[in-house]
Amino acid sequence: MSAPRRDGAPDAGRSGRDPVLAIRDLSVVYRTKGGDVRAVDQVSLDLHAGEVVGLVGESGSGKSTLAYGACRLLRAPALITSGSVRYQGRHMAAPADILQLRADQLKQLRWQEIAIVFQSAMNALNPVLSVSAQLLDVIHAHLQISREEARERAASLLDLVSIPRSRLRSYPHELSGGMRQRVMIAMALATDPEIVIMDEPTTALDVVVQRDILAQIVELKERLNFSILFITHDLSLLLELADRIAVMYAGQFLEVGTASEIRQEPAHPYTKGLLTSFPSLRGPRRELAGIPGSPPDLRHPAAGCPFLPRCAYGTDACTQVDMSLAHVRTSGDPAHVTACPFVLPETPVRSRGDGPAGAQAPTLVPSAPAGTEPSHEEVTP
Amino acid sequence: MNIADAPPPGPGVTSAAAGRGPLAIEAISVSKDFRLGRGQVLHAVREVSFGLYRGAVVALVGESGSGKSTVARLLAGQEPLTSGSVQLDGAPIDISTHKAFRHYKSEVQLVFQDPFSSLNPVHTVGYHLKRPLRLHQATGTERPGPQQITALLEQVRLTPAEQFVDKFPYELSGGQRQRVSFARALAARPRVLLADEPVSMLDVSIRLEMLGLLNDLRRDFQLAMLYITHDIASARYFADEILVMYAGQIVERGPAEELTQHPAHPYTQLLAASAPDPDNLGSTLRAGAARAVRAPEGAGPAAAGCPFSPRCPLAEDRCRQEDPALLRISPARAAACWRLDVAAPEVLAGAPSRPGHGEVGT
Repeated sequence: MSAPRRDGAPDAGRSGRDPVLAIRDLSVVYRTKGGDVRAVDQVSLDLHAGEVVGLVGESGSGKSTLAYGACRLLRAPALITSGSVRYQGRHMAAPADILQLRADQLKQLRWQEIAIVFQSAMNALNPVLSVSAQLLDVIHAHLQISREEARERAASLLDLVSIPRSRLRSYPHELSGGMRQRVMIAMALATDPEIVIMDEPTTALDVVVQRDILAQIVELKERLNFSILFITHDLSLLLELADRIAVMYAGQFLEVGTASEIRQEPAHPYTKGLLTSFPSLRGPRRELAGIPGSPPDLRHPAAGCPFLPRCAYGTDACTQVDMSLAHVRTSGDPAHVTACPFVLPETPVRSRGDGPAGAQAPTLVPSAPAGTEPSHEEVTP
Repeated sequence: MNIADAPPPGPGVTSAAAGRGPLAIEAISVSKDFRLGRGQVLHAVREVSFGLYRGAVVALVGESGSGKSTVARLLAGQEPLTSGSVQLDGAPIDISTHKAFRHYKSEVQLVFQDPFSSLNPVHTVGYHLKRPLRLHQATGTERPGPQQITALLEQVRLTPAEQFVDKFPYELSGGQRQRVSFARALAARPRVLLADEPVSMLDVSIRLEMLGLLNDLRRDFQLAMLYITHDIASARYFADEILVMYAGQIVERGPAEELTQHPAHPYTQLLAASAPDPDNLGSTLRAGAARAVRAPEGAGPAAAGCPFSPRCPLAEDRCRQEDPALLRISPARAAACWRLDVAAPEVLAGAPSRPGHGEVGT
């Protein structure tokens, strides 16, 4: 089926069509001597054609493990313990579960269907091979085309990311950081993939170059109509870039919603904390709170909500809380879900004056009565 | 440099940081050239002048390669100057002998960007702090006691401190490592702290806490601080004065709030436009507006004229021929641009009122 172009509206990805990628109840553990580290715990996520889904979380929250796990790119001691990853590309007759594929099928799928832009372009490119050699490597490995065609394709890939063709002969050390990252993006697009996973593609770059690359990504996405899973620790980027955002913490999703829902009506205290963590250049100076404390030790998960030790709103009830995602009651959108069953007071976070450290826990209003909470299957984001 | 119709640079401008405390260290027309071989010379820093004041933060903002880190290294005495001078308490610095250099280091300390490579992986936290204590604080033969080390760790809020003394860097998170770097710098009891991108390797959620910590240290120890960053938004919240650097030159300087809200130089305006704007979902990215001022391929800074002219949307012939000097706009602001009348008419007209200075919220 040919994917129709989307109009860019945040909700268009959920218009009833099957998602390109459907991750269900994926769990990944790292086997260590000190016990299993539950890096990804029963996470479900959909990615629709042409959609940009942002995955935000701190270092160690499991966001990269989730993405790599879904592509089976993890090695021991990482172990996928449950779940399925259904992929339905436009060239495929039937959906395939990536976790069940044979090695040769997996090789077909990787890069041609799902490509990855890795975080550090400095390390991800081979320093002793020219740009052209590295692009040709990918093209020959995945496409059956002649050398002439392959060379032409490599050149046109550089055109795509606005790098002059003369740079084909350059080595990575001769390129600026931004150019290297653009070469990485060109490589990911070499085989016209359906999904591009971008793992912090702009983190090492300075703001002007970052902006430039992001604009380029948006432009390419509109032109080539691929879907993006964008991994970052910088929520402010995602608010601009993503259609939907999944907030990840300690291997679980705490909240999933459209960019504007996350911005305007964050439901989870952690999301609220993230929103007050970055200084804004424009507008009035606002109170910056940040999130004191550090993420929990995943080897010894505590009962209930993993964010509780850092949460300004936490109560005893939080140690028993069910971490499945449920609809945010105050939201009109059924796909805006959160793991926090409490409706927090003062919904718009902008005017919040209380610093989490030592703040009095405000009264919590319990949400829907027990039993009406939808299960994971019903509220897959 | 032809500055016929401009007042002389530098002296006419009063630093916005000067109100906080006395001048601690001053760079006067500091330049640094690097020889690249084959007769090529890279002018990494050109005629840079500014001062750091006790209890105040001056931010140095610019892109990779603009010379920010070189400025920090020059102030720290790590590199010899090509020309100009650095003065500590009004006297040119003396790092000619080993002893003098060590004395200088106990006044001026540097914190590096990458907490993963700036700590020695085979030594404990305690070892990292013991050495500077012994070099800079020990009187006679006395060895630094454990309570000095734990006091340092408590200053950077690594508590319970006893637990951290024997840990190795790999056992710490990025934020904790950077705290150890701060503690190591503080061990020398410096008056000047040069922080080279101290938070850019850290998670967004931790950055704020670290800036809050630096802010507390600044206040508690009356540190004169240089905060180097490419994130102009954090400089707005954290710094008293912002210096914007491009191709080794300061192209604009002014009070943090005023400069970020009403940038005058086209490069500062580009920096400001590049900062993510969460209040304006998706608009500039999708409109492709940010790409209008993209650097032309291969265009480094111009060999002649204004270094920003190849990228500047307002550049005209004069910009490509003559390098503009820093031109005083108001008592605390200056910008180096021939076309300020077009780039920032409202700034020249003195329109922006100056909002009050706040501290980093915690």
